Amino acid sequence: MSAPTTQRPETSLAREVMALPTPSIGRRILTTIGVQNISLLIAIIALVAVIGSQNPLFFGIDNVRVIGTAIAVSGLLAVVQTVVIIMGALDISVGSIAGLASVTSAMIFTVAGPLLGVVGALGIGIACGLLNGCIIVFGRVNPVIATLATLAAFKGIAQLVSDGRAQGYTGADGFFVFLARGTLIGIPVLIWVLIVLAVLMHVVLRYTSIGRNIYAVGGNDVASRLAGININRYILGVYMMTGAVAAIAGILITARTGSGQPVSGSEGLELESITAAALGGAALKGGKGTIMGTILAVILLGILTNGMTLLDVNAFWQNVAKGGLLVVAVIIQQLRSGERRIGLPA
Amino acid sequence: MNASTRTDNTAEPDGVVLSARQIGKHFGPIVALTGVDLELRAGEVTAIMGENGAGKSTLLKILTGDYQPDSGELRLGGEVMNFTDPAQSRAVGLRVIAQEPEIVPHVSVAENIYVGAIGHQGLLFNRAKLERQAAADLATYGFDRIVSPQTIGSQLSAAQRQVVEIMRAVIDKPRVICFDEPTSSLGDEESALLFALINTLRSEGVAVGYVSHRMNEIFRLADRITVLRDGKLVGTKAKADTDHNDLVKMMVGRDLSQLFSRERQVAGDPVIELQDVSTDDVSNIDLTVRAGEVVGVAGLVGAGRSELMKAIVGDLPVTSGTVLVKGKPVRFHSPADSIAAGIGFAPEERKAEALIMQRTVRDNIVLAILPKLARGFFVSEKREKQVAKTYVDQLRIRTPSTEQLVKNLSGGNQQKVVLARWLAHSPALLVLDEPTRGVDVGAKAEIYSIIDELAQQGVGILVVSSELPEVLGLSDRTYVMAGGRITGTLDRSEATEESILALAMTDTRASAAL
Ligand SMILES: Nc1ncnc2c1ncn2[C@@H]1O[C@H](COP(=O)(O)OP(=O)(O)OP(=O)(O)O)[C@@H](O)[C@H]1O
Ligand SMILES: [Mg+2]
Repeated sequence: MSAPTTQRPETSLAREVMALPTPSIGRRILTTIGVQNISLLIAIIALVAVIGSQNPLFFGIDNVRVIGTAIAVSGLLAVVQTVVIIMGALDISVGSIAGLASVTSAMIFTVAGPLLGVVGALGIGIACGLLNGCIIVFGRVNPVIATLATLAAFKGIAQLVSDGRAQGYTGADGFFVFLARGTLIGIPVLIWVLIVLAVLMHVVLRYTSIGRNIYAVGGNDVASRLAGININRYILGVYMMTGAVAAIAGILITARTGSGQPVSGSEGLELESITAAALGGAALKGGKGTIMGTILAVILLGILTNGMTLLDVNAFWQNVAKGGLLVVAVIIQQLRSGERRIGLPA
Repeated sequence: MNASTRTDNTAEPDGVVLSARQIGKHFGPIVALTGVDLELRAGEVTAIMGENGAGKSTLLKILTGDYQPDSGELRLGGEVMNFTDPAQSRAVGLRVIAQEPEIVPHVSVAENIYVGAIGHQGLLFNRAKLERQAAADLATYGFDRIVSPQTIGSQLSAAQRQVVEIMRAVIDKPRVICFDEPTSSLGDEESALLFALINTLRSEGVAVGYVSHRMNEIFRLADRITVLRDGKLVGTKAKADTDHNDLVKMMVGRDLSQLFSRERQVAGDPVIELQDVSTDDVSNIDLTVRAGEVVGVAGLVGAGRSELMKAIVGDLPVTSGTVLVKGKPVRFHSPADSIAAGIGFAPEERKAEALIMQRTVRDNIVLAILPKLARGFFVSEKREKQVAKTYVDQLRIRTPSTEQLVKNLSGGNQQKVVLARWLAHSPALLVLDEPTRGVDVGAKAEIYSIIDELAQQGVGILVVSSELPEVLGLSDRTYVMAGGRITGTLDRSEATEESILALAMTDTRASAAL
C-alpha cells in the first residue's frame, strides 16, 4: 500500500470554534427551557394577560385549581403520548384504555375494595398496552392502524362489561375522594399525579439510557438495531407503560365522577393528547419532542379552554380556537426549522 | 421526454456554460464557502476536489438552487440566475446528481426515473409504456444489466439508487450536469458504465462537473480540476498541468510525503470462524479472521458481501453451518448479541443504516456504548462528551463541537462518526463495509493507519471494499466473492487486481450463464 499519511493543520477547526459566540447566562437559561418552548411560554403569558384583563376572576386561586384539575387527566395522556411519538409511533387507543380502566376499577372496587380496584385497573391497562405492542411488533401492523383498531375494540369491551352504563359508586370511598378532591401542601392530588409522572418521564427521557434509546429508535430504527438496541423490547415496553398510565387516567376519571365511566369521561382524550404533544414540538416522524414542551402545551390548552369559558365564548368557537392554535403553532415551529417547502413535511 | 435543445451552449467565451463568481455561504458560525469561482465549459469535464467539508457539496447545492448563496453571482449561458428552488434550475437544463439520492420507496424504478416528468404524459399514465420507456433508456447506457424498471424503490441497493438518480438527470438532456461522488456507491462495473456515459455527454457538448475523492478517476475523466480548501478556492488547473502529488498538496495544503505501509505481524488465535455457513443470500461460506489480522472481502456489487457481513453480526439469520467466536460456537439472534460478543459493525449505507441524522455527533458516537458509560440507567453527559471529543480529535472529524447535529456534517465526516462509534466500543472483531466511502485522501490515510493500529493491538478486522487498491493495500488475506459464494482466497503475495477480478467474475452457477 502506498497511501500517504498526514498530520493536518487544525486551523480550520479552530476557526470554526473561535467563531462560536460564548453563551451568555440568558442564552444558557434559554437553552435549558429550549428555544422551542419559549414561544409557548410567550403564548401562555399573552393569553393570561388578555383573559385576566377581561375577567379578574381568572386570577383567583380557585380558578387556578380548576384549571389544574381539568388538565390533570388529559395531561397524563399527553405526557405518555409524547414518549410514544418520540419513539416514532402513535397510540390512539389511550382514551379507550382509560375508559376500560375506569369501569373496571369501579366494578372491582365494588366487590373487592379500592386497592384491588386500582391494581386490577392497572393490570388491565398494561395488558391492553401489551396487546397493542404485540400487534405492532409481531403482527407487523402500522401503529396508527393497530391502535385505531384497539381504540374501537377496547371501547367495545368497556361497554360490554358495563352494559354501556356508569358502574359502581366510589363517591363515598375515602381513597377515591382523596384522589379527586384531596390536597397535599395545598396542591390537589390530581395535579400531584401529573407532576410526578411528568418529572419521572422527563428524567427518563433526558437522563437515562432508556430515554436516549427511545429517541434513537424514533430517529432511525435500522441504525438503532445495528447499534445493539433491542427495538422490539422498547416498543413493547413503551406501549405497556402507556397502557398503565392510561389506566391511572381512568382511575382518576372514576374518582372525579364518583363512578366508572365506560366512555363519557375518556372519549376524545386520544386526540387531545396528540394535539398537546404536537403543540409541544414533538415530531410525528419520531426522534424529536420534550416533556417540557408537552406540559407547556397542556397548560396553554387548559388556560385557553378555561378562559374562553370564563369569557362566555361558545363551545363551538372554543374548538375552532384550539384547532387554529395548533396549526399556527406548528407552522411557526416549522418555519423556524428552515425546512424547505417541498412534499410532505418532516 | 422533453427534448430541450443543447444548442446555444456557449454564450460566454471559452465555451463557458455555467459560471459562479465569488460565491459565499455560511451556516450559522460555520463558513462553508467564501469567494469561490467555478466555470463549467461545454464539452468539458471539470473535476471539483477538496477534503471532507471543503464545501464541494454545498457549492453544487448552490448551483441548483437547493441553497441560496449569501454573496456572489451565478450565470448560465451569460445570464444571471437567482434560483430559489431546484425545480427552477432543472427547468433551464441544470442537473446535479446528489451524493445521497432520494428515492421514492414504494414505486417502481420506472416511476422513480420519470418522477416529476410523469405529468407530461397526460393525467392517466400508462404503466406498461412507462416501463418500456425506462427499459429503453436504461439500455441506451448499458444500465439495463444493473437495474430493472420493475424493481421497487425500497429494494434498490445503493448502486442501483445511484443509477436511478443518474437516469433521472440524463433523460432530461441537460446542458449542465454535475455528479457528487457518484462512484462512492458504485461497483467497478457500474463505474465503467458511468465513465462511458460521461464521455458520451462530453462529446455531445454537455458541461460536466464531477466531484470525487478518487484520483485515478479524476485523471481518467477530467479536463480541468478545481480545488477547494476550507471553503476557499485554491485554484483551477488543466489536467496536463498537474499530477497526483500536486493535487494532494493543493487539497491538503502541503506535501504528503510519508508513505503508508501496514505493519505486518504474526496473527493470533481466530476471533471468528465461519464453517460452511449459509443464509438466504450466501452459501457454504468458510472464513476465518484472526486477532491482529486484516481480512479483505472483494467482489462485484451484488456478490453477497454486505449480506454476509450482516449475517456475521446477527442482523440476518444464519440458516446452516457453524459460527465460532474465539473458538466457542455462537448463534446471534440480533446485532445486540454480536456487540456483546465484542463485534463492531459499520454498515455500508451510513444515512439509512448507521446514523441518526437529527441527533448530535455525541449521541451518535456513544450510541453503542451507552450502557457502558451509564451508571445504572443514568447517562453521564460529561463522560459522553469526553468520549465523543476523544474520537472527534482522533479521527479529525470536522465539526464545530460534539453537540453539532450529524445532518449538518459533510458526507465524509458523517462516515467518520460511524467509525468513531465502533472504535469507542473497542471490539475484538471490527466489520467494516466500505469504510472509506466518500472519505477524502488525507482522511482515508488516517483511517488506514487507524485500521493498522487496531490490528497491531490485536483486533481482527474484516473489510469489505469495492476499491481494489484499498483491499490490496490493507488485507493480509483476501476472500473474493461472486454469486453468494467465496470463489477464492488470496494471500498477500498472490493478491493482485487481476487475480481478484478473475475470481470476482467467476460464474458460480452454470444455469446463471446468459
Ligand atoms: N445545512 C448545514 N448546516 C450547517 N453546516 C453545514 C450544512 N451543510 C454543510 N455544512 C458545513 O459546511 C461545510 C462544507 O460541507 P460540504 O458538505 O459542502 O463538504 P464537502 O466538500 O462536500 O465534503 P465531503 O467530501 O465530505 O462530502 C462542512 O463544514 C459542513 O459541516
Ligand atoms: Mg460532499
